Amino acid sequence: MREIIRMITVLTVLCAFAGGLLAAIRQGTMERIENQQLQFVKGPAIMQILKGCSNDPIKDRFKIADGKVERSFFVGKFDGKPKAVALETAAKGFGGDVGVMVGIDVDTGKIVGVAVTTHSETPGMGARAKTDPGFVEQFKGKSSQQTIRVTKDGGQINALSGATITSRAVCLATTEAGRIFKRLKPEIQKDLQKFK
Amino acid sequence: MAKTLVQEFTKGLWEEIPPFRLVLGLCPTLAVTKSVENGIGMGVATTFVLVFSNILISALRKLIPSKVRIAAYIVIIAAFVTVVELLMQAFTYPLFLKLGIFIPLIVVNCIVLGRAEAFASKNGILPSTADGLGIGIGFTLALGALGAVREVLGAGTFLGHAVFGPSFEPFTFMVKAPGAFMCLGLMLCLMNLVGKK
Repeated sequence: MREIIRMITVLTVLCAFAGGLLAAIRQGTMERIENQQLQFVKGPAIMQILKGCSNDPIKDRFKIADGKVERSFFVGKFDGKPKAVALETAAKGFGGDVGVMVGIDVDTGKIVGVAVTTHSETPGMGARAKTDPGFVEQFKGKSSQQTIRVTKDGGQINALSGATITSRAVCLATTEAGRIFKRLKPEIQKDLQKFK
Repeated sequence: MAKTLVQEFTKGLWEEIPPFRLVLGLCPTLAVTKSVENGIGMGVATTFVLVFSNILISALRKLIPSKVRIAAYIVIIAAFVTVVELLMQAFTYPLFLKLGIFIPLIVVNCIVLGRAEAFASKNGILPSTADGLGIGIGFTLALGALGAVREVLGAGTFLGHAVFGPSFEPFTFMVKAPGAFMCLGLMLCLMNLVGKK
């Protein structure tokens, strides 16, 4: 009996200590990691979907509180006017969350572009959602105010062969972005005034 | 004392150099050594985990009941691996992206657990530090060497700089998975040839 108590105590203390250490380091590095992700992952994705904009969308960003979470919006200026915003959403894929950056035209609500940011999908299968430009190209010009589905589920998006779950995740995340856009539209338009 | 410390350190560099002599930790050895930079990055990350887990395990070796020792080691190792992962994300993000899944997989690298079980749990803090450092640097050197051979032959570059003229046709087989096995096999063979004398 005493041995069991000792084992439990040692393991509990060890786990608690490890948890505390990790929480502290996570707190300390969170801001830096966010900046690094902006620079190396989100940055290229944003530039890809807001191609040809005249400003720096990574610098021109604003945050809006959406319930409990804060969402970042990246502004894309075309012809001198802030015409599009990009926001990131995520949906469950095959190997974890698939992060998707979605660009939406503020006036028409149409999708300007979609790009996958972070994911842990299988290389050569689901990971093609990020590397295959033909797949994300399909989203361009579609209305963000509808449920986007793959053809297998009665939608208009051709899934990547062998990676239906990943393709569904991208559709789901894009649809979610459209919903967030609709929900926060008044705030977005108010914030966009600043960039005129 | 000082002499044995040096011995504990240097054995990891030649006599027990992990991938070649112990033939342990082959998963990252084969998977990430597409370039020198990846190999050394992986080696440094593993060294960090190895040194700190060895120190902590050796310091706690009398406190940890032997029945739950493996569980305790894994908790310690996993904690340090996550620390490395967070630090890499914060400071060397492009390298983190390249190494990807292999960073969290250091947890199950048999070198780390092997050293904890075979050495740190039986020896004092100083020898354990020397052991971790030696094995870690040996691992880094081995990965760097393998990465160098594969990068120079497979891509014609060294640390990203071109080493051959433009007429060089890269031997792309070397940066693919079968090339890793071939290269490792040849290097093992070479090590054994040299070691025999």
